[in-house]
Amino acid sequence: MDTLIEARDLIRLYPGVRAVDGVSFSVRRGQCFGLLGPNGAGKTTTLEMLEGIQSPTSGSILYQGRPLDRDYRQAIGIQFQATALQDFQTVRESLAMFASLYRRTADRDELIQMCNLAELLDRDTRRLSGGQRQRLLLAIALVNDPALVFLDEPTTGLDPQSRRNFWGLIETVRRRGKTILLTTHYMEEAQRLCDEIAIVDHGQIIAQGAPLELVRQHFPAAVIRLPAAAWPTATPLPDRAEARDGAIELFVDEVAPLLEHLERIGANLNELKVQTPNLEDLFLKLTGHTLRG
Amino acid sequence: MWHRILAIFVARNREFYRDTAGLAWNILMPILMIVGFAFIFRGDAADVFKIGVIGDAPDRASVAASFLELRHVSFVPVADPSAGQLKVERHQLDLLLDLRAAPVYWVNVNSAKGYLAERLLLGAGSFDEFEPVGGPQRQAVTGEALRYADWVLPGILAMNIMFSSLWGVGWVVVRYRKNGVLRRLKATPLSPFEFLSAQVLSRLFVVLAASLVVYVGAQWLLDFPMRGSYLALVLIYTAGALCMISLGLMVAARLRTEELADGVLNLITWPMLLLSGVWFSMDGTSPAAQAVSQALPLTHLVDGARLIMIDGAGIAEVWPQIALLTTLALGLLAIAARLFRWE
Repeated sequence: MDTLIEARDLIRLYPGVRAVDGVSFSVRRGQCFGLLGPNGAGKTTTLEMLEGIQSPTSGSILYQGRPLDRDYRQAIGIQFQATALQDFQTVRESLAMFASLYRRTADRDELIQMCNLAELLDRDTRRLSGGQRQRLLLAIALVNDPALVFLDEPTTGLDPQSRRNFWGLIETVRRRGKTILLTTHYMEEAQRLCDEIAIVDHGQIIAQGAPLELVRQHFPAAVIRLPAAAWPTATPLPDRAEARDGAIELFVDEVAPLLEHLERIGANLNELKVQTPNLEDLFLKLTGHTLRG
Repeated sequence: MWHRILAIFVARNREFYRDTAGLAWNILMPILMIVGFAFIFRGDAADVFKIGVIGDAPDRASVAASFLELRHVSFVPVADPSAGQLKVERHQLDLLLDLRAAPVYWVNVNSAKGYLAERLLLGAGSFDEFEPVGGPQRQAVTGEALRYADWVLPGILAMNIMFSSLWGVGWVVVRYRKNGVLRRLKATPLSPFEFLSAQVLSRLFVVLAASLVVYVGAQWLLDFPMRGSYLALVLIYTAGALCMISLGLMVAARLRTEELADGVLNLITWPMLLLSGVWFSMDGTSPAAQAVSQALPLTHLVDGARLIMIDGAGIAEVWPQIALLTTLALGLLAIAARLFRWE
């Protein structure tokens, strides 16, 4: 497989904290790789070491099989979580300023069109809305036509509409063959955008794989939930079931046979719910706490 | 490299001239100050005579004791007789008295206060011992009064350069660091050297352009004298601005909060504002104050600028100041570049 960037045993210590505690993974060319985890899990620190912004306390990073050098900055694009742009500049001027810092640049008009900035070109960057600003920051991240793009929580703080628009934009970027490394604490985002995710907690990767496969590895296909009162008292609970918070949860790989069984024993199915486990459930199961907690 | 420096230079300049409030402040404040002083010091407001004295204390005590004990007269020791005479010509001293041998005094025949000071001297009566030679010997000089506004102008230009350089670089770079602009730039191929060069060049350009506007504005309002070499004037203000910008960069090299930067910059500017002779001459102040004054870069900038504008000096006369300021600027710049961190 064609590995573009690889992290080996990254450790980053801050006074009194092991922010990143032995992280290794590799990202293939053309892949969208997500680091998923709650705030403070070490996602941003990991990302910044890969960006070359911070150096690891120990461990190594290889880009195309070589350690990071000066030219690495020409090859990558970064959208930070919190960035101010220089004041009193328009969108057009900001793009031009960043473009002139690089040897190679993307086609400016195409970039403007892709990020939907055409109507904002003469606006002062301080007067952009949250979504518009993120689009400009993405355009700046792409201004040097990078092979590898880092997106640090690109949709945090956006309203649902802008978030969906931005997801569409990231998918467009992917289709153009860029490799993307993003962090997020929205499992929906990870599930929609990423081919592969690494779940990070307390500075370590606790699970890694394609989102759906990960969920499948740890959960049965479905969880069937009934109110406790709907269960016939005479019948004992089956093996793969739990009583919790006044409800009964049954874990199954096939839904149809269970429904037949429930009908046979005379359970009340009026309030039955079938749930498909998702990343959030997985995270809860693996760490014992919720993703946004 | 140059196109990257240029890109940051242009962006920083835009930030300056599009910030209209800041721009107005940068240019109007010094002009208003000069006009204000011209108005306040229009007349002979001070009721104290200022008399320069050449010679040591023991001689004075024996020869001119009662004169030197006059109240409401300030006696200023003068080391360089020719500089003292120049001050009499400019009405900055009402009288200059040389007590090293037989007393000699210089008085400006165009000065009313000089006339009165001369009466005081001759009436003091303590020169009786010199009766054989007929009292102190009179040396008349002539010259128009130097208005306070004319005297203070080179200092105000220098002060404006100091503020604009220190805050325009020091405070702004710290703000960039705090709000993430530096972080964003760090992620690009821009090197610290390129970034710092762009900051220095942009501020130098902006400061000199603003000074030119202030200079022309003040010239139009006050018609102040400019007796020396324009080239020397440009050189000394450029060297001074570079020195202040480098100092600002040094402050900005590591600090993370604007509040701390503000405090440090105030700590740097206030002693210079008070002890560099911008507002009042350091002649006659305590030796300690004068020593501190000599250690401040603004003092040399103000001295050099006054030598050129008021005393008509050229490059030959002010090269020590220019060389000193340039050397200091380069040293501070090297330190700032070594200390600099993006984050």
